[in-house]
Amino acid sequence: MSDTPKELRYAKSHEWLRDEGDGTATIGISEHAQELLGDLVFVDLPEVGAKVEAGSDCAVVESVKAASDVYSPVTGEVIEVNESLDDAPETINENAFGNGWMFKVKLDDAGELDSLLDADAYDALVAEEGY
Amino acid sequence: MIYEHSRTGRRATAQTNPEMAELSDIPDALLRKRPAGLPEVSEMQAVRHYTRLSQKNFSIDTHFYPLGSCTMKYNPRACNSLASLPGFLSRHPLAPDTHSQGFMACMYDLQETLKHVTGMHDVSLSPAAGAQGEFAGVAMIRAYHEARGDTARSEILVPDAAHGTNPASAVMCGYKAREIPTGRDGDIDLDALKQALGPQTAGIMLTNPSTVGVFERRIKEIAGLVHEAGGLLYYDGANLNAILGKVRPGDMGFDVIHMNLHKTFSTPHGGGGPGAGPVGVSQRLAPYLPVPMVDYDGTDYVWLTEKERPESIGRLSAFAGNAGVLLRAYVYARLLGREGMRRVAEFSSLNANYLLKRLMEVGFDAAYPERRASHEFILTLKKQAKELGVNTMDFAKRMLDYGVHAPTTYFPLLVPECLLVEPTETEAKEDLDSFVEIMRTIKQEAETQPDLVKQAPHTMPVRRLDDVRAARELDLAWKGDS
Amino acid sequence: MPFIPHTEDDIQEMLAVIGVDSIDTLFDEIPDELRCDELKAIPAGMPEMEVSRLMQARAREDGQPLCFLGAGAYDHHIPAAVWQLTTRGEFYTAYTPYQAEASQGTLQLLYEYQSMMTALTGMDVSNASLYDGASALAEAVLMAVRANRKSKSGRILMPRTLHPLYRRVAHSIVRNQGIELVEVGYDGKTGKIDTSALEQYAGEDFAALVIPQPNFFGVLENVDELTEWAHANGMLAIAIVNPLAMSILKPAGEWGEDGADICCGEGQPMGAPLASGGPYFGFLCCREKLVRQMPGRIIGKTVDLDGKPGYALTLQAREQHIRRSKATSNICTNQGLMVTAATIHMAIMGGEGLQHMAAACHGNTEKLSQALCSLPQVESVFEGPVFHERVLKLPLSAKDALKALAAHNVLGGFDLSDDYPELDSAILVCATELRGEEDIEQYRSKLERVIAAQVQTPCQLKPDW
Repeated sequence: MSDTPKELRYAKSHEWLRDEGDGTATIGISEHAQELLGDLVFVDLPEVGAKVEAGSDCAVVESVKAASDVYSPVTGEVIEVNESLDDAPETINENAFGNGWMFKVKLDDAGELDSLLDADAYDALVAEEGY
Repeated sequence: MIYEHSRTGRRATAQTNPEMAELSDIPDALLRKRPAGLPEVSEMQAVRHYTRLSQKNFSIDTHFYPLGSCTMKYNPRACNSLASLPGFLSRHPLAPDTHSQGFMACMYDLQETLKHVTGMHDVSLSPAAGAQGEFAGVAMIRAYHEARGDTARSEILVPDAAHGTNPASAVMCGYKAREIPTGRDGDIDLDALKQALGPQTAGIMLTNPSTVGVFERRIKEIAGLVHEAGGLLYYDGANLNAILGKVRPGDMGFDVIHMNLHKTFSTPHGGGGPGAGPVGVSQRLAPYLPVPMVDYDGTDYVWLTEKERPESIGRLSAFAGNAGVLLRAYVYARLLGREGMRRVAEFSSLNANYLLKRLMEVGFDAAYPERRASHEFILTLKKQAKELGVNTMDFAKRMLDYGVHAPTTYFPLLVPECLLVEPTETEAKEDLDSFVEIMRTIKQEAETQPDLVKQAPHTMPVRRLDDVRAARELDLAWKGDS
Repeated sequence: MPFIPHTEDDIQEMLAVIGVDSIDTLFDEIPDELRCDELKAIPAGMPEMEVSRLMQARAREDGQPLCFLGAGAYDHHIPAAVWQLTTRGEFYTAYTPYQAEASQGTLQLLYEYQSMMTALTGMDVSNASLYDGASALAEAVLMAVRANRKSKSGRILMPRTLHPLYRRVAHSIVRNQGIELVEVGYDGKTGKIDTSALEQYAGEDFAALVIPQPNFFGVLENVDELTEWAHANGMLAIAIVNPLAMSILKPAGEWGEDGADICCGEGQPMGAPLASGGPYFGFLCCREKLVRQMPGRIIGKTVDLDGKPGYALTLQAREQHIRRSKATSNICTNQGLMVTAATIHMAIMGGEGLQHMAAACHGNTEKLSQALCSLPQVESVFEGPVFHERVLKLPLSAKDALKALAAHNVLGGFDLSDDYPELDSAILVCATELRGEEDIEQYRSKLERVIAAQVQTPCQLKPDW
């Protein structure tokens, strides 16, 4: 049985997104992604006010032996970032889908959300990638 | 920590003038208020401290060091002592040619030797390390295309198994790096290459033998394809040791190459440099070589600088690169001569193929068992990791307990749980045999007492270090006793 | 067979294990048409004794002239212990400390180096070195462009008072990334950055201002004001300093209100011999908040499984072997051995010892300058304070003067006429702590002769038209 939250949407590049219902969305990386990376030591967040495009890299998560780009699943403007990650990047390891959120975006086009995966499709993707 | 020996007012008094000269002409606002917080120790304390620190290192002089891709072979002591003769050590880099002919003669001879042994048209010695050589090489590719008005080329192709420096160098030259997959046999995936080539291709960077330890057999075909697409071929000389005097990159069709003299020409690795990364080019790239270079006009050696070579990509270090490293490489080249260079390739290959065969006999898996090893080879410990829960890192750490520096681990990334082993030509058969015995022993330990291996090393000055803490709680400089 | 230990028996046994009948068979995957011939153009090998004879002859050929050349490479005393320790095999023949447990010697030494460099420059962190001062400047420029996120122009203010060779190197290294180095002139009277020229750029988008201390002319810049000006205009301040000068001058970390943001330079004065220009090492220090934009290796202190202190490479995710095309730089190998020498050098000299050395250099250069300026029509070009280097104007062309001096076995200084034609016949001179009063007198008397021989004494009688 999967623990992947049903209420979230997912990108193939392993980010999750929560539709806040007010034209904004919260974004982080999946439990699976944090597991692959191992103990995170640094998170480089986008700047508030920055424009992000769907599929463009806008943040970096860094472990001791790897650094990985985080891609925005949607197009819009960054309205808030999770500054607590600056001092405690391990929050993502501990709670990827909750306190480990990374940034919030004001959506240009809420319709974009439909192109993202649901929990079952994401689980299937992870299984297919052979992990 | 040297600072722990520090006491206020203590000094190595033999080293300085007793009286401090006047500085009264410098305004107070520009002066520092108190001496910099350096250690205050006696000369003997420093000597003892650093001697003891040295003893915490593995080195070629003390241990077998089969670090793949790094060519850790014997560094002849003559190279050091002859490069350190007073005339060379005290020569100012801007000394006039009249006081530089001896040094310049060595540099000129070295340029010539490297030209011939690589089959290139011209050589510049100035890049300070392999990565700077790569930068120079790609910058020359760019200069070549630009000079022809061929400015739409935006991509450099690199195999997925390439050293990280390759894509990083391409980007420093303003290109995008595009990866090409490696086929199952270790050679480049030709179909993927054909797909990737196009009018946007500026060039391709290849290592041959490749980073997976095998010779790219279809190199001529690759060269043809890349040239047809209007791109140039860059040879990463990381593995030149494997083919020195046997095959030349110039004959394979490469347009530009860099050599790692700290590998192939046995200059010391020095705990991480200095290296030297001379570049060689085919005729069409010759005008772009980095300066300075040395020429001989029939009577005297002369410098070639920006003035004489206006199309040069320019200068990469203030003076003439790592001159002292170049002198060491020159001494090595003279000691070896042409037949000695060929023997480098022959005996490094003999050692690698022998060691691979013996390790397979005791139950290790080769990543490319059907291929001939070059001067290095890859083992994959996938089986051990899966069945015994003992991974490559554990094996590597346990080797330290047995007095062997671990081979390169987890590179190239495309082979899971890999060890890249490069014994080099200067190791004797009995040293290779003893390495096989160590590997056999660790394998047995992994089977019978895996924790012993997983907890290794046990005999080093420290046990495994907390890398995560090192990165999360940055402590990058001594801040006093606190 | 030099450096190959194999006996004939070894070879036969090894071939038998591999299952081939000759060494040449090991190359059977290489297409025949690619194999090369004997390479006759390369000389045959020579025994050590003969190579030694050849090298001694060549080293002698270059003589050991009396050196008053500086211009980025300085002839300093190096305690004998420095290189005797540095060339111990355990330092000399180790490699990058990838296996931390078997490299604690190198790692701890590099951590000590980082500590000493931050103490010397007043900055928060230091990397484990770059190739040389000039390439360190190029890396500092790239770093500033990455770090100054407010600046989008990719432009850097680069004063002409900076070493001309450094400016060229920086240009070669950064130009392919579309970064523009905009030159700022100098004040002809003081030899400092021309602040009115600088003021033209106030409010414009630049990523950083480069501030040399001392500058190429030996002149001391008003570093506090310059740093303030850079910060007030949204630029980072990149300090490029002589580490020996840092022992007596205000450290870069204390310039202006907030200090410089990045401090780089040439490490050669710390224990590296002149040696034809290398190997030296470049150093790079910065504020802690910029550390992730730093290129090159960085060592961190941590603990092992038992909680015992130890040292390891850290922040490796910045580097090419992990980050590949997105790395902060392509640098891999640095100048570890030179840093080993520098660390031992700084430990032996200590902060006060370096001050004595720096002051002695400075004093000797002032004595030299006074001695030479006592000659007719030799004069100091710039007014104001300098550190251990000075620009002097000669009554004959700098080229001719230096050539004639070299014939007397004196390297009289650096010819400024190519890079600064407006200075006419000026040279840059330096007398380190190794150049005593006799040496200075020798230079003075040789120059006197050269001037007498080459300059027609001006007619004392003024024509009265």
